[in-house]
Amino acid sequence: MKNVVEMKNISKIFPGVVANDNVNFELAEGEIHVLLGENGAGKTTLMNILYGLYQQTSGEIFIRGEKVLMKNPNTAIENRIGMVHQHFMLIPPFTVAENIVLGNEPNKYGKMLMDMDKAKEKVIKLSDDFGLKIDPDLKVQDISVGLQQRVEIIKALYRGADILILDEPTAALTPQEIDELGDIIRKLTSEGKSIILITHKLKEVMSMSDRVTVIRKGKIIETLNTADTDIDSLAELMVGRKVKLDVDKEEKDPGKTVLKVQNLKVLDNRKLEAVRDVSFDVKKGEILAIAGVNGNGQSELIEAITGLRKVVSGSISLEDEDITNSKTKEIIDKGVGHIPEDRQRRGLVLEYSLAENMILGVHNRKPFSKNKLMNYEAINKHGKELISEFDIRTPNEQVEAKSLSGGNQQKVIIARELYKDPVLLIAAQPTRGLDVGAIEFVHKRLVEQRNHNKAVLLVSMELDEVMSLADRIAVIYDGRIVGIVDAENATERELGIMMAGGLPEREVKA
Amino acid sequence: MKKSGFKWLWDNLKLPLIAIFLGFVIGAFFIIIAGKSPLIAYTALFKGSLGGLSKIGETLYKSTPLIFTGLSVAFAFRTGLFNIGAEGQYIVGSITAIAIGWYFQNMPAYILLPMILILGGLAGGIWASIAGYLKARFGVHEVITTIMLNYTALIGTNYIIRTILNPQVLEGTSKMAFSVSIPEKARLAKLSQFIPQFGYSSAHTGIFIGIVCAIIIYYLLFKTTLGYEIRSVGFSPDAAEYGGISKKKNIILAMFISGILAGLAGAVQVTGLIYKVNMSSAMSGYGFDGIAVALVGGNHPIGVLASALLFGVLSNGARKMQLAGIPKEVIGIIQGVIIIFIAGKLVVEIISKKRKRAHKKEVE
Repeated sequence: MKNVVEMKNISKIFPGVVANDNVNFELAEGEIHVLLGENGAGKTTLMNILYGLYQQTSGEIFIRGEKVLMKNPNTAIENRIGMVHQHFMLIPPFTVAENIVLGNEPNKYGKMLMDMDKAKEKVIKLSDDFGLKIDPDLKVQDISVGLQQRVEIIKALYRGADILILDEPTAALTPQEIDELGDIIRKLTSEGKSIILITHKLKEVMSMSDRVTVIRKGKIIETLNTADTDIDSLAELMVGRKVKLDVDKEEKDPGKTVLKVQNLKVLDNRKLEAVRDVSFDVKKGEILAIAGVNGNGQSELIEAITGLRKVVSGSISLEDEDITNSKTKEIIDKGVGHIPEDRQRRGLVLEYSLAENMILGVHNRKPFSKNKLMNYEAINKHGKELISEFDIRTPNEQVEAKSLSGGNQQKVIIARELYKDPVLLIAAQPTRGLDVGAIEFVHKRLVEQRNHNKAVLLVSMELDEVMSLADRIAVIYDGRIVGIVDAENATERELGIMMAGGLPEREVKA
Repeated sequence: MKKSGFKWLWDNLKLPLIAIFLGFVIGAFFIIIAGKSPLIAYTALFKGSLGGLSKIGETLYKSTPLIFTGLSVAFAFRTGLFNIGAEGQYIVGSITAIAIGWYFQNMPAYILLPMILILGGLAGGIWASIAGYLKARFGVHEVITTIMLNYTALIGTNYIIRTILNPQVLEGTSKMAFSVSIPEKARLAKLSQFIPQFGYSSAHTGIFIGIVCAIIIYYLLFKTTLGYEIRSVGFSPDAAEYGGISKKKNIILAMFISGILAGLAGAVQVTGLIYKVNMSSAMSGYGFDGIAVALVGGNHPIGVLASALLFGVLSNGARKMQLAGIPKEVIGIIQGVIIIFIAGKLVVEIISKKRKRAHKKEVE
């Protein structure tokens, strides 16, 4: 089989960082090739070079055997390369067809008017050819993330792409949507397209790809046939050491109820109901996971529990004390730790030093402040202690939080929240964007809390994470808890159906 | 890495020093266009504003109100608020000072003067709190409300001078376009009373109140829990809220404190220099200059002290330059250039920060 893409000895140096170091990568015609690596390994940089978003510092690119200088994405498009970014580049109020033809619209009367009928016709033809069902008249803002991704793929095909780069395509999809995506790309390759998938998810590598290239710290480690390898060895190649993907959990009977949420109703920023009649409880020594695709009310639910958002009706109680609509400070003082979903916006004051960040929320307490005066000696000492206890990689405690990597920022937050010794720990998407090593750390700490008889409320859209950590799993869809199941008996398929709004096959009492 | 004190100082001084230097260079260019010698002009400027105690005195009294309004704007800015209303708070502070001075004129001086200053400051604080409350409660943008409150203060004060605090009403003179005066005993001492070398300059002890305020604000911002909370809200309102810090409370409080400083500017100006308030169709400009002072001072209390001094030098030197035949508009150009470079640099920094962030994301 001939290679449609050959990248030879590609290096890319950013000031202070070697993102790609003498990388060789090739894509054969009609194959699905996964580029696997941790966050920051340089996989997106490599693909951005291929798509003309960056220029390589050195090295050459050959497309269908010919050397090409990728000046910008236009060169890439001319060479029939298409890229679907992790964050979609769509205009929400425009229709599907309008989004697809954007930048290359069919015209009529010279260039006077856009020919919408022709645009729709083209879109329908493409969707028929490749089995990508879509209604061209729907507005992008009204369709699911999975469909939006489909629009992005059609958009690339519309521009004539037969080499497709998909950057972390499964990040926001439900398990069923991931399966569908798998079918779509199979269909595409059978029509002669060649596909590069960028991902750090091992399971998808196994199910979706023909070949896999592992990249670590900017260097290619190995290129393998998917059929000749397995998840554990890929993980080891990716991280560079043996990784423990499973979490040890001791048997434990849950104790007294710590958090009780009853018939909760909460509005979102647009004043629409985001949480509808939600009830659940979390007991001592258990992890209750709330699983769901992003944007189904999880964020609003957590904000309501932590006092950051108003509760419209219903009640929340912590250890039999009512905390509905209490102030955030009171809720913190009552022993709720919170690892927020958006660590950079909520979890940290990025301009503050690590030491200053590590007292956020307890800055009023001794020894950090006394008589309304801050005690920076104690604050810095505290910072130093947590840095060594949690193995935070930083020159010292005076460094601004914004200069740390995502994983280390998360460690700062976790260190702070665990220092509070909370009776209830809320962890929202605690491993999002983290690499395997940091994920291992976070998981260990969460299970540790549970084993120490604390209550843990985990919100996550990663099914693997939910299934390996949780004792019970509540699935949220469109602001409602669709069902609560015991983690032991839950299957991925069942959870996936519930996450898409389907009914659970069997109901387990909450 | 912990930076050494010197390195830290240089990092923070680099930008304003370069901006000031460029300001003078470009100013020189315009002086040459006007057919004059920059050397003569700048000699006149610096000799006129720093050559001898009496000239320094004139510079100091010009700097004094700017210290307060600069601190006021800088403090609000630390909470992420843009207080355009220092102007109005200054006016409210000054008219309150006049009113207290008149109605409590029988009090002994050692009670009356502090009372005038404190209540003048508080009045400015309350005036600013209106904008703070509207922002916290209804989300009304403080730029809009403080601008509106400036006009309300100006016109309201004119009305009060016309009808209540007019010498005609209170002292039976003919109708005046200014208010009654601050009683003699409640005036701030001139520096020349202690050091005769200050001569006829109008420098007064208000400058010390300004310096004390700068130190207090420094402590408040960097050493107290209130400062920690206020700066958190300024840097990252969402993270502050998450940490149990009330955005609303801190917004109102920050506006209140910011207003106290601007109100004090008015009260100090009235008790130290002008002794009465004129009816006026335009703002004094101290509040607006305070924005520039805060900007050049990097919104740091000690930086504000230095930058208020610089503005004092420039505005005092402007007159001296004029005497030497150089158009005083050059000073306006120099000030403008300094501000453009500092603001421009800030813009550049913000953009490069965003780039870096975007860049970081892409590397991932």
